[in-house]
Amino acid sequence: MSDSRALKPLFQGAAVVLALGLTTLVLLATKAPPLAAYVNIARGAVGTVSVALDVLVAWVPLLLVTSGLLVTFTVGLWNIGIEGQITFGAIFATWALRSFQGGAASGAIDPALAIALSVLAGMAGGALWAMLVGALKTFGGVNEIFGGLGLNYVATALNLWLIFGPWKRPGVASMSGTVPFDKALWLPTINEQSRFAPIAVVLALVAIAVVFALIQGTYFGLRLKAVGKNPKAAYLLGIPTWQYTMASFAICGILAGLAGAVQVTSVYHRLIPSISSGYGYMGLMVSMLVNFSAAVAAPVALFFAALNVGSIQLPITLKLDSSLAGVLQGTLVLFVILAEGARMRFMKKGGRKA
Amino acid sequence: MSVDILLLGLAGVLASAGPVIFAAIGEAISERAGVINLSMNGMILLSAMGGFAAALATGSVVAGFAAGAAIGGAVAAVVAFSSITLKQSQVAVGFVLTLLCRDLSYFLGNPIMGQPGPRISMAPIPLLEGIPVLGPLFFRQDAMTYLSFVLIAAAWLFIYRTRPGLVLRGVGEKPAAAYARGANVGGLRYLYTILGGAIAGLAGPMYSLSIKAGWKGTISGLDGIGWIALAITIFGGWSPIKVALGAYLFAFLQWLGLVLQSALPGVPSQVLQVAPFPLMILTLLFVNLGNAEWVSNALARLPEKPRRALARLLRAMNAKPPAALGTPFEKD
Amino acid sequence: MLIELRDICKTFGPVRANAGISLAVPPASVLGILGENGAGKSTLMKILSGFQPPDSGSIIIDGEAATIRSPADALARGIGMLHQDPLDFPPLRLIDDLILGSRGPLRPDRKKAAREFRELAVRFDFDLDHEAYVDSLTVGERQQLEILRLLWLGARALILDEPTTGISLPQKQKLFATIRLLADEGMTVLFVSHKLEDVESLCDRAVVLRQGALVGSSEPPFDTKRLVELMFGKEVPQTPRYKIPCGETVLAARGLCLESLRLQIKDLDLEVYAGEVVGLAGMEGSGQAIFLASCAGLERAVAGSVCLDETDMTSRSHHDFKREGVAYLPAARLEEGLVPGLSLEDHFILAEGKRGLFIDRREAEREAVSRIASYNIKGRPDSPVESLSGGNQQRALLALLRDKLSLILVEHPTRGLDIESTIYIWSKLKERCSQGTAIVFISSDLDEILQYSDRVLVFFAGRVSPPLSAEDLGVEELGRLIGGKGWERFEASATAETAEASHV
Repeated sequence: MSDSRALKPLFQGAAVVLALGLTTLVLLATKAPPLAAYVNIARGAVGTVSVALDVLVAWVPLLLVTSGLLVTFTVGLWNIGIEGQITFGAIFATWALRSFQGGAASGAIDPALAIALSVLAGMAGGALWAMLVGALKTFGGVNEIFGGLGLNYVATALNLWLIFGPWKRPGVASMSGTVPFDKALWLPTINEQSRFAPIAVVLALVAIAVVFALIQGTYFGLRLKAVGKNPKAAYLLGIPTWQYTMASFAICGILAGLAGAVQVTSVYHRLIPSISSGYGYMGLMVSMLVNFSAAVAAPVALFFAALNVGSIQLPITLKLDSSLAGVLQGTLVLFVILAEGARMRFMKKGGRKA
Repeated sequence: MSVDILLLGLAGVLASAGPVIFAAIGEAISERAGVINLSMNGMILLSAMGGFAAALATGSVVAGFAAGAAIGGAVAAVVAFSSITLKQSQVAVGFVLTLLCRDLSYFLGNPIMGQPGPRISMAPIPLLEGIPVLGPLFFRQDAMTYLSFVLIAAAWLFIYRTRPGLVLRGVGEKPAAAYARGANVGGLRYLYTILGGAIAGLAGPMYSLSIKAGWKGTISGLDGIGWIALAITIFGGWSPIKVALGAYLFAFLQWLGLVLQSALPGVPSQVLQVAPFPLMILTLLFVNLGNAEWVSNALARLPEKPRRALARLLRAMNAKPPAALGTPFEKD
Repeated sequence: MLIELRDICKTFGPVRANAGISLAVPPASVLGILGENGAGKSTLMKILSGFQPPDSGSIIIDGEAATIRSPADALARGIGMLHQDPLDFPPLRLIDDLILGSRGPLRPDRKKAAREFRELAVRFDFDLDHEAYVDSLTVGERQQLEILRLLWLGARALILDEPTTGISLPQKQKLFATIRLLADEGMTVLFVSHKLEDVESLCDRAVVLRQGALVGSSEPPFDTKRLVELMFGKEVPQTPRYKIPCGETVLAARGLCLESLRLQIKDLDLEVYAGEVVGLAGMEGSGQAIFLASCAGLERAVAGSVCLDETDMTSRSHHDFKREGVAYLPAARLEEGLVPGLSLEDHFILAEGKRGLFIDRREAEREAVSRIASYNIKGRPDSPVESLSGGNQQRALLALLRDKLSLILVEHPTRGLDIESTIYIWSKLKERCSQGTAIVFISSDLDEILQYSDRVLVFFAGRVSPPLSAEDLGVEELGRLIGGKGWERFEASATAETAEASHV
């Protein structure tokens, strides 16, 4: 046993090296200087206080969706519909903020309360969209991957329709989104220029802590695990399986909706077309990388956020596409999965010889 | 609308369904062997970009299609290796690959974005193109569209009428029994996953060298095609002919959407573009409805006659996946 | 074909499955291989049929050393194996199933294959339609299909692994006739079973395996007592039948009609009393499983009612039944009963169904330790259930049951368990009966049915016998009923009843 434990970091280290190696090859293939690209990413992520805070800004939604996804993964579900759930959260929050706008300006409603209610509305929106996937799965037998994907595209279309239709800017509708909300309805940030809202960071940390405690220490978490590992046996053991499946979708949707609400209230201050920014898919990658365990999700999500923020400058400084961050993340997750498989195969072979 | 324009439109439907047919039949072959290749969506982007780049570099569309098939096969090989040899989750690897391939295509395709390049030409078949109605529909297409017609028939014949096709079905259905009858389960799964990937890999260049010629990065409009193809594989019950019918149905509806768009100027084009996705959910719903418990409960309450009729309808729509789909095989 | 095995050894981890087994099987004979579960029969047959390589030892066929690397290899040498669960393809047509794996041109000649198949079927008097689908066949018919396929492929030696499980009596008689016919024509047959009666009536010689070693052999006339001693190393203790006075009605099924894709059960009436054991006998798939499931709320009745303690529970969910004190133990322990990946302790926590937020792990561990001890489970609180042996998994399932239950429904309580576990499981179940719990169980083992039931219900293709007293029922009669014979008398009494009723 001690042998196998020593082997794990070895294989994981190899995975990291291979991922870096492959990404370097990709860079070389486009005749780009690899070292300069990596330095650029690092500088873009931690070079100044401002970019470091931007990393935290990106970390918040990523950690929120990852927390949610860990819950759905516990019941054995691939909630690929998370992107749509973020979008729906953003739409609901925007709708609430728009309706409070007048009241907040005239003093009829406290801006803080309006923000809080809007964030709650966002959470409800995310939960609604997630439970639709859940209902399709439980009552219609539609695999959650396909149901979720389809609803992602529907959410995107709805979002675009709102931006170009009912909620369009006075005059010309544009891809730049809806009219920004009143400053009073922005989530408080550390200063005027920054988009860094400490409350949002606290919310994200609370979310991952709650999810960790939920899965590790509670009856609810244990039952979720049982449903995920063997629904039939879980049902015979007295667990109402479909309710638990729906509950896990709802929790994930709430957290995804929260992420969407945070994006509109603290980052963009309006609804924009690609409001989910791919954080949902990235959260799926983070979940896979941490092997579906909440313990190390926060630092890994921080690393992914840093890669994303760090690569924003690539097109300007090195004329490289910023999707390099995705390439690095993708190869990393891929090789970690392959390394895990290789390790198990290696151990099994060793076991046979013994 | 005049008959000629209608025929032209329908001929366009047959052509635009081509890539989806390649992708979905490739996937069906892979899944028949028991391996889900979920990387389809990203892989089509990568093969579109790679195929276009290869055609641009060599000036030959043939090289472009070859590159597309090679990329499809290579990505499928990764899926095969991780799921067959390393016994990792097919869904996990497929999903990572779909994102990785997408980002790779954007990153590597950056330098050739928006460049004009070669494209495949129409190749009307002499004599046959003159047949009324059928001629303009089926015989005034490009070579790849003809190939898509051939693929449907060939794949069907192979799976249902040949000895290796029978073994392919066996491998995905009950690998232990196939092994007992001398099939090299692991080897065949590798073969068919990579073959299916290579066939699906032709889908990308069909876009970048024909239907949506060129490489336009994130605005290529190809993101989502792979998911549709995966859904159509289920819709078609893993049978090439039904899969092709599904692809034609979707292409037809998309065309209908375009036609309707001029009639509905108020609706943004993005909204009509997503029409296939709710449709995909609906079809999957119909295909799977018979499996749901509450449906059988509701049926049980109906009187005998409508119950039998409904049950038969549901069973006819129901598609049963290969029994061993997604599960690794271990000979004891 | 003369098959010789010399000094075959095979170990799995610490277990010596085959510890130097030597054996010779002459052509034109049927060799019975006896042994209880885990004695090493399956391993030996898997080695001979190419599924597993031996660690050491050799296989000699007609005097020549043979290396068998795969099942296909074995078949190429003329050795075919009929598995307990036939290795066929349910969604295919019989003819495709036949052709699959055979060699030949790219396009198989289905007409020729169909002709040859029919000829073979006629020879053995098998009634199989080559255009039908495999999943429409019974287990016995699927065995017939496999036998024909192996013969079609030129098998000269047949290994049959527990072939009489789950097939009807007529099918068994036909199978035995076929085996005899084949042996007389020169076939080498290895017949693996743990059923003494089958081996005694069919085989020319029998060998007994115990704990991986060949412990003895015997020729007809067989001495049953000696074979049993060889198999178990001791005489099997028969637990004395003791009667528990029956109490009130716990379960009442009235006019119950059930339907599945294959069969219909009509107007089933049954009352089960507290403290009673009712055995459901029948070949697999005769309707007993859906009846048992309907008593647990897992299968919905088309008509009729199910009452528990005079509460109408018709079309209520399983969880409602559970709340009324009904427990259901499925046959597939690891697939349906337990959650692989979770520990014993986790299972006890789940089964307790406590409300609340946080789990008190210390308390849970104490509870787990005590349950593990009182049910004699070989495992620790943190042992994952999949690491337990079959017997210990069944004990764990029993340990998960709540303390107060009115009814326990069990599918195959001792399938695949060794004799010690079997006795232990039943002692625990009987203990429940003495506390007033009723038990309804399914078994394909006639002895188990007769030994432990108070009353027996026999199922045959959806037909259900009235409750029969186990004491008055002999093995032979039960076997005949399971095989579909001797049902006329029930019909006679039923018509008499209706006649009576119409007079009133």
